[in-house]
Amino acid sequence: MPAVGLTHYLFVSLLVFLLGLFCVLTRRNAIGILMGVELILNAANINYLAFARFGSAPYDGQVFAIFVIMLAAAEATIGLAIVLGIYQTFHTIDVDAAETLRG
Amino acid sequence: MSDAGLADAVFYLLAAATAISAAGVAFSRNIVYSAFSLMGTLLGAAGLYVLLAADFVAVIQVLIYVGGILVLTLFAVMLTHRIADVRISNRAVGRIPALAILTVAGLVMGRAILAAKWHQLAELPAATPTTAGIGNSLLGEYVLPFEIASVVLLAALVGAVVLSRKELR
Repeated sequence: MPAVGLTHYLFVSLLVFLLGLFCVLTRRNAIGILMGVELILNAANINYLAFARFGSAPYDGQVFAIFVIMLAAAEATIGLAIVLGIYQTFHTIDVDAAETLRG
Repeated sequence: MSDAGLADAVFYLLAAATAISAAGVAFSRNIVYSAFSLMGTLLGAAGLYVLLAADFVAVIQVLIYVGGILVLTLFAVMLTHRIADVRISNRAVGRIPALAILTVAGLVMGRAILAAKWHQLAELPAATPTTAGIGNSLLGEYVLPFEIASVVLLAALVGAVVLSRKELR
């Protein structure tokens, strides 16, 4: 078994990304879709930190990972607030059901 | 077992935990189980960050993702489902086309990862505390994105309040 290197981390990240993509593509539940987005963002973060570790600029990747986490927090706040709004209007959070634009 | 061998074993353990719980998020039928699997993924990723010598980011991951975003997600799950209802839906649609897309994307990206000649350091530097360096970067080279980030967070805060308050007409 070869020593763990950059490609190992990239493959873990690829796996997490694909599962997140699957989640986003197949879920009807709005919260499930948001969870898929979180998985994809985490995959991106693993990539950033792996490149930061194995490259020559250790802090740039980590700073970007922090920005990604920050944006994920903002996205989760707004996304879940919107989900709750949808639930109050339609009494379901299946994205298929919320198809009218009238408020 | 040597030090490097131990680190490798820990890597495989964390990678397996991360991937398996990510699969749990993607394939679980119950949204509550999905949310708890997401916790496993986030914690596994935090462990991987530690292995990648990113101690500060790992702590941030645990604090913000596990402590904040996940709790928020669970709140939303609890608020939007009649938990007593048997049908806590997390229904999935179109699995076959999604799997086809996934296979193609996975093959392409996997081949790209293997084929690319990554620029890698021959000798990894020792893992040192990164907090001071990150702080210098945030207030030096990345000061503009840092300030914009605070504005984004403020906007998200105000937006969440506006979205979730009762409409007064």
